[in-house]
Amino acid sequence: MSEREVSRRQFFVKLGIALNGLAAVALATPIVGYLLAPLIRSQGGRYQKWIDLGELDEFPEGQTRLAKYKNPISNPWDGETDNIPCWVRRVQGEEFQIFAINCAHLGCPVRWFPQSGLFMCPCHGGVYYQDGSRASGPPPRGLFEYTYKVQDGHLMIQGGELPTLSTSASLQKRSDGCQG
Amino acid sequence: MPGLIQRIGDWFDQRLKLSGTIRDVATHQVPTKSASWFYVFGSAALTVFIIQIFTGIMLALIYVPSAGEAWNSLQYLNHTVPLGWYIRALHGWGSNFMVAIVLIHMVQVAMFGAYKFPRELTWIIGVFLLLMTLGMAFTGQVMRFDQDAYWGLGIGASICGRVPLIGAWVVHLLLGGPIIAGDTLSRFFDFHVFVIPGLLIAFVSVHLLMVLKLGINEWPMPGRLVRRSTYVQEYEELAHKDGMPFVPGAVWKDMIFAAFVIFSVMACAAYFGPFGPSGQPDPTIVQTVPKPDFFFQWLYALLAFLPPQMETPALLIGPVVIIGFLICLPFFAGEGEKHWSRRPIAIVTILLTAVALGTLTHLAGYTPWSPIMNAWSQDPVPVQYLTGRSPLERTGAAVFQEKQCRNCHSIGGSGGLRGPALDSVAVRKTHAQLVRQVVQGGGNMPAYGKQLNSAEVDALVSFLDTLHPADQPAARDSARQISSETEHFAVGNSTGEKK
Repeated sequence: MSEREVSRRQFFVKLGIALNGLAAVALATPIVGYLLAPLIRSQGGRYQKWIDLGELDEFPEGQTRLAKYKNPISNPWDGETDNIPCWVRRVQGEEFQIFAINCAHLGCPVRWFPQSGLFMCPCHGGVYYQDGSRASGPPPRGLFEYTYKVQDGHLMIQGGELPTLSTSASLQKRSDGCQG
Repeated sequence: MPGLIQRIGDWFDQRLKLSGTIRDVATHQVPTKSASWFYVFGSAALTVFIIQIFTGIMLALIYVPSAGEAWNSLQYLNHTVPLGWYIRALHGWGSNFMVAIVLIHMVQVAMFGAYKFPRELTWIIGVFLLLMTLGMAFTGQVMRFDQDAYWGLGIGASICGRVPLIGAWVVHLLLGGPIIAGDTLSRFFDFHVFVIPGLLIAFVSVHLLMVLKLGINEWPMPGRLVRRSTYVQEYEELAHKDGMPFVPGAVWKDMIFAAFVIFSVMACAAYFGPFGPSGQPDPTIVQTVPKPDFFFQWLYALLAFLPPQMETPALLIGPVVIIGFLICLPFFAGEGEKHWSRRPIAIVTILLTAVALGTLTHLAGYTPWSPIMNAWSQDPVPVQYLTGRSPLERTGAAVFQEKQCRNCHSIGGSGGLRGPALDSVAVRKTHAQLVRQVVQGGGNMPAYGKQLNSAEVDALVSFLDTLHPADQPAARDSARQISSETEHFAVGNSTGEKK
């Protein structure tokens, strides 16, 4: 009698554990999906968009100028953080080089010095030549470059992601050629 | 009246049944020698943590965790809300004190061998408490959503971007999206206010419980070895033969030091005020020199010195090795000698770590690896380097400034420290060597061949040729058989060499 009683209770305890295990999985699955939202949203390069940097006339030939754009993916509560700067070098005609502001070393904002034709980073002393290739310091490669095109007299770049050594694959491809 | 209080107390205790536990905790025997001023840092860390919880709750009354509004709400706290600046200062200084006291506590228990049997788990939980404390410090720096916070996140993302294969995923998870923006601040707020404090409270509770259950570490004596088989019994004997109740025997030192720490935090907060915020978090303001908070500056300095090919392995494997070592320490050193005088390796390790961290932090104070971005336009050329110089040499001085050489090279004690000071460069290099160095660069200096025309190189190097002490002649190339006479007569008149 008592043995049967115990095994009946044990069965219900096991049932309880199984039901709660099922509930936990059912509850956790969408939560994990929610937590991985930044990855799901990034699939298929959806963070990358064509961005209008302005008319070609704004960028005189032979000069490198700071341009700013609003990140294509943004929210009203981003404040000023979705205004992204980049360095636009108009080599000649419709030949451009558009560099990310972020140093290839650790992402600090590089500054352009037209007098010496160098980009210098204030954090760890990374220095780049005017074509973005590494001149000295700790950066492992040249500056990140945006893919660009000229459309109806406007300079368009493909961007939308903070460039690091593994994000923004499209930024990396071009600048591989001009590593120092 | 006392009768009434007694009755109310009894009413609660009949229901809560806590008085026995409290009495046990208060009267548990501690070894007399452990009631020492060396043993006050754990309770001091807890004291500061409690300050942090309360000041944090106070700040959350006003602070807006939104990328668009956080910076403004901090300005509002600093300048408009009465005493808002003081609460911010308490929280900021409390943070510094907490990291410092946790580190001191850790060094103390390591020196006293407290991680050995049976307190291995207490130590391991302590390692996690240290990591969480550092996590609070970093996420707290992000809460102060200013330029340093913005670019600090950029550095964090760039480090994550070095993870092989899944780097992009790690970056996106860290930032909560493609860029540093609203979602980034929100998730760091979540970690700073809910996740890490919740874990901290849980871990601190277990940490404390274990100190009570296992007893406080006894004062180490040379030659008194820890053995798994006999330790517990030996400790019980010591605590009862040469011991005293925790209250009041040991607790008064904890209380006095805790009060001292609270007064110190308040004094620093009142005198030095709150930290920042610095400029607003607008990435288009590129005229900025980002820098992490004090306790991360050693890492910032280390990243300037690691060779590029070592950087990614060091960043990704280094933390695993260090944390793994700390966690495993009680397993390979869980028995034996506790006294510092008989543990030379432990002492040397602690000293070397302290010296390394101290040196790196000191270097981060003046960042000799960074170009000084405005040295070229603000630092004057010393007058003695210009008087009596030829027009060509003076033109060279102008080129020297104009081409930002000064950002990396100091003369007359001002300018960058990235490259060598040039006050006596002419002693070290001949004219031809200087031309080569300027045009081709090398040794971590960019090549200026494309940026300077030959006239500018000529002028610049003529100026550099004049930079040597009066009593030390400029270097000369004996292979070129230039008479030493010419060099001595006219300083910098090395034009013969140039032709």
